[in-house]
Order: sequence, then structure tokens, then C-alpha cells
Amino acid sequence: MVDHDPDDVLELQRICKQYAGTDTPAVEAIDLKVRKGEFVTFLGPSGSGKTTTLNMIAGFITPSSGRILINGRDIADLPPHKRNLGMVFQNYALFPHMTVWDNVAFPLVERKVPKDVIRSKVAAALEMVNLTGFEKRRPRELSGGQQQRVALTRALVFDPPILLMDEPLGALDKKLRQRLQLEIKRVHRELGITFLFVTHDQEEAMALSDTVVVFDRGGIQQIGTPAELYRRPQSRFVAEFLGDSNLLDGALRRVDGRWVLEAKDGPVHLDGWTPPEGVTEGQHCLMFRPEDVLISDSADAVDDWKATVREVVYLGSEERVIVATQSGGTVTVRLSGDALRHRPEVGQIVALRFSARNAWLIRPDK
Amino acid sequence: MRPMIETDEHPSDRNAVVSRRTLVRWRPKGLHLAVPLLVLLVVFFAIPGLELVRRSFFDSSGSLSLDSYVSFLETPAYRKILLRTFVVAALCTVICALFAYPYAYLMTLSTPRVRRILLVLVLLPFWTSLMVRTYAWLVLLQDTGPLKSALNAIGLGGLELIRTTNGVLIAMTQILLPFMVLPLYNNLQKIDRSDLLAAQSLGATPRRAFWRAYFPQSLPGLFAGSVLVFILALGFYITPVILGSPQNSMMSQLIVRQVSERLDWASGGAMAVVLALLTLGCIVVASRFVKVQRAFGGVESGEN
Repeated sequence: MVDHDPDDVLELQRICKQYAGTDTPAVEAIDLKVRKGEFVTFLGPSGSGKTTTLNMIAGFITPSSGRILINGRDIADLPPHKRNLGMVFQNYALFPHMTVWDNVAFPLVERKVPKDVIRSKVAAALEMVNLTGFEKRRPRELSGGQQQRVALTRALVFDPPILLMDEPLGALDKKLRQRLQLEIKRVHRELGITFLFVTHDQEEAMALSDTVVVFDRGGIQQIGTPAELYRRPQSRFVAEFLGDSNLLDGALRRVDGRWVLEAKDGPVHLDGWTPPEGVTEGQHCLMFRPEDVLISDSADAVDDWKATVREVVYLGSEERVIVATQSGGTVTVRLSGDALRHRPEVGQIVALRFSARNAWLIRPDK
Repeated sequence: MRPMIETDEHPSDRNAVVSRRTLVRWRPKGLHLAVPLLVLLVVFFAIPGLELVRRSFFDSSGSLSLDSYVSFLETPAYRKILLRTFVVAALCTVICALFAYPYAYLMTLSTPRVRRILLVLVLLPFWTSLMVRTYAWLVLLQDTGPLKSALNAIGLGGLELIRTTNGVLIAMTQILLPFMVLPLYNNLQKIDRSDLLAAQSLGATPRRAFWRAYFPQSLPGLFAGSVLVFILALGFYITPVILGSPQNSMMSQLIVRQVSERLDWASGGAMAVVLALLTLGCIVVASRFVKVQRAFGGVESGEN
């Protein structure tokens, strides 16, 4: 606690959770520091330990070992109601027998806040999420989006240092999700408190977060900004979980001062690319995002790969083209802007070229 | 149910169309399926019941009078029995609720397997005859029985069981327990348990979370079970007869005595009518209360 940085609002130290009668821990040795005001997302497939970790922070699950610090203070022996953390549940958990007003006033009443303060705080909080006029409604008389906003308001009205959110947009349709994502972002910006958001939706994680923590099989795979995770994934899992990726395995060689990846379907010239420090020639895996693959009608250069178009997915402003290489591998290509004028057709033979500028070397999984 | 409008009917047959539509309107689909039961109810319940009501308004000379009602309500011994009946029914309801709530709550927490076992344990008494169970209680409640020895052991030997209202109450509570557990469980299993977690995350102690976030949601089930138990308890006959004594009889025993021993159909009828009206009154009040509870589940805005 001596070296506690005042900007760290939350710190997890070697947090583990192992349920009795199970071989593998649900959460294994999680280390994490969250800065004040940061928007952090726990991203991972179901069963990856992200919700378990959130529930350990909230106090609903007791860690088997490790420490949780909030503002430098160990909260191990604090029950949930003394942790002073806001939480939005997956199904909102609004109290159906109470009005919107009473739901939002609940945390203040429990804290024995004076009545006139409650009145002004609840009114202000409801105004912030545009729910003025809905005070006397019951939760079931509200739309899904409105319920979501009530849950958010109720969890924020007592000014907690951290807001925890467990897949809060999971039950909503895509349009509404995107609208509420913007709203959550706005609330985060306006209040400046720390948000901890759990989701399995990588697009949502990218859209909302300052920092994304990628979970898999009970551990943290990588922590970084959305751009870092997209451009510089530290593992195959992260590369594949966030966005589309083309992973090419092959022998990395240095020929006449230039790097070349000898993949199954042919060489990929990596002009202008420098490998990360410590990487030498040998078997490696390189990642190319779909927008870094170029597609053309015929093979201009000898080194271009030949491939057959398998699928063209129209996405409005862009198209995703899935091609099969000669060795049977699959490559995803994203076409946008001018490239859309030459739409390939299914079954057409095309040439592929990889742009080396953004090529990224994936280190082998531990 | 919307009536079918027959568009191909001849315009001059307007009356026919109307009468036919009225007929359709008044005949819900499948009504004929209920006819056997309706006939049974009318012949064996409604007619004798109304006959009893009619008789309660005639005195022994055959002229119309309210004598039976007046003498019932003016006899202190009868009023005492009426009061005792309501007190026993109310106590029985409260004790049932106190036992059933934790039980039903446990059922919502259990794994499906354990839940099935708990449910069977509740339903088991249903599969045994009421007589058999009451005689079983006769054995248990005897002065030489296990319950009495247990009471003696903890120094409560002075508490009389058999031939007293205590014994009747104990047996009635056990017999009526399923009628409380089932509606209550049905209600509790629909309550989202994450409401309890939410309340705690918002600063409520586990106890406060239960009373503010969970318990109010269980009131409809609690009231449904209470109304069932209370009404059944008001009319209980076999159990008080076997386990109680004439000195502390209940309304149903009194009515039977009037009718079958004294052949006084008028006063028996009057008692039955008063009991029925009071029961009805209780249901009305209880249902009002449930609705009021719903409306006031939270406090009005600004008043909190």
C-alpha cells in the first residue's frame, strides 16, 4: 500500500477463484490496475472469467486468493453493501414493485441521505438520462432502453467511485444498443468516474473503451487500447477474437536485406517491415487485417497469390470478400471506397497481395 | 370473444341475424364441456344451499322472521364460538405463513432434485386421507404421546394438547400447510433473485435487501395462500371434532349440532349464512388489501 498511485482507483493483485470440486480455476491470477476515470472493458467469450472477476470486485463472489484494492484499500472483508460500487445488472434487476423514482432513490434512502437532498439528486439524475416525467412509472411500463437508463441512473445516483456493468446491453436490438452505447459514453464523459464494463461483443468493447482487457479461460490474454489490440495482438486468440484477421504461418527469411514470409501459398514480401526486437529467421505467424489485403483481377506480379472468390458479403459502405487460396486456406479481404467499383464475383479467380505496412507478428501461444 | 358476422345473410333476415349473433356472443366456445359439473353444482350445492338460506328466515311456526339470526347473535356462548373460530383460523393462517415462507424460499434456492423432494414432502399429506391424518394427530397429541413427553421434558408440561384448541390448531396448521406453501412457492420462484444482489450493491444490508426488494414482491402469493388457509380453516369440521372437545367447539361443529341433533334447520341455516357472509367479507377485504399493496408498493415520488 506504500507504493499506491493515487490515480489507481482499482487494483487487482493475483486474484484467483477456484470453485470446490473443479479442476481448473474459474479465474487465475488476475493482475490489473485501473486508473481514475478510465473506461475499462472486460472482453471475452462466455466462461472466460470476466463476469466472475466483476462479481469478485462487487463482492458477490469471494476470491480464493489475491487482493482487491479500491483507492489503495483492501476491500476483502467489506460486504457488497459497504463497497459503495454502482452496478448495472444484465437483466437490469429493477425493483418491479417500485416506481422509477423509488428505484433511483433506493441507494440514497439506504444511505439515510436527507429527504430534500434525495429529491434534488434523483430529479437531477433522471434529467441527465432524459427520464424526467417517468418518475411514477413502474419498470414494466418502460421500454427496454428506458429500463436500461433507469438501471444506469440508480447505480450512479450515489456517486460511486466505480460503475460496474455486466453485459448491460445484451438484451437489446442492435440499433438500440448503439444508441445506448453513445449514451453510456456521454454519461462517462460527463461524470468522469471509472466504468468497468463486461461484454462478449468485441465491437461494443472497441466502441466504448479506453482500455480493453481480453479474457480467455480464466486469465487475461492482453490489456490495451482498442487500437493496440487490433493492430498489435499478443496472441492468436486476441487476433482472432477482435475483428477479422488473416493469420499466415510460414518461414520468415531475410533475403537481400528484405524480409520475406515463405507461406504455403507462396512468398509474401514484407517491404518496409521490420520485425520486433529479438525475432530472427524461422517459423513464424504474421497477421494481416482484411483491409491490408489487396485484390485484383489478374496476377500482375509473379509473387501474387492466386485465389478463388468464395463469398461476397455486402455491408453497405464496404464489402467483405472471402477467398480460398490454392492450398485450401481462407483469406478475408475488405473492400471499401474506390475498390468497390471492381466487385469480384463468386467463383472468379483473383490475385491477392498483402500490404506489409501493418503486418504484425504473432508470438506463439504460451 | 368476438361474434362472427355473417355477411351472406339476406337483408330481410335482420332479426334472425341479430338473434343468432346474440346467441353466438353468449355461448363461449366449449361451454358444453362444463355442463355436467354445472348440473352437479346446481342440483347438489346451489339448490340445497339456497334452501338452507330460505329456511333460516322462517321460525318454527312457519312464518317469516329473523329470530334465528337474532338469537344466534344474542347468545353469548354462540358469539364466543364464532370469535373462537375466527381466532383459530387467523392463528392457523399466521403460523402456516411463518412455516411456509422459509420452506418455499428454500425451494427456490434448491437444485431441481432437492426441489422435487421438497415439493413431494408438501404434497404427501394430500395423498393421505384427512381422517387418517387426524387420527394420527390423535395419537401424537395424547397425554402419553411423544409431543406431550417432549413438552414435559422442556418444562412446558402444563400446555394441554388433546381436547383443547391448542391441539386443534397444531393439527390444522399441519393439514393446511400445503395450501400456503404452493401459492407462495409459485410466487417466489418468479421473483428475480438478482434484485437481492442489486439492492445490496446499492447499499442495503442483506436483511434490508430482503425486506425492501424481495418481500414486497412476495405479498401476492402470501395473500393468496393466506386467504386459502383462512377460509378452509373457518369451515374445518373433522379435525376439531376428533381432536377438540364440545367445550371449545368451532362454528362447523355448532352448525352440525343445530341441524342433526336439534333438527333446528333455521338456526343452523342462520349460522351458516353468517359464517358465509363473514368469510366473504374477509375475502373482499383481503383482495382489496392485495390491490392496495400493489398500488402502494413504493412511496409516492418526493415523499421518500
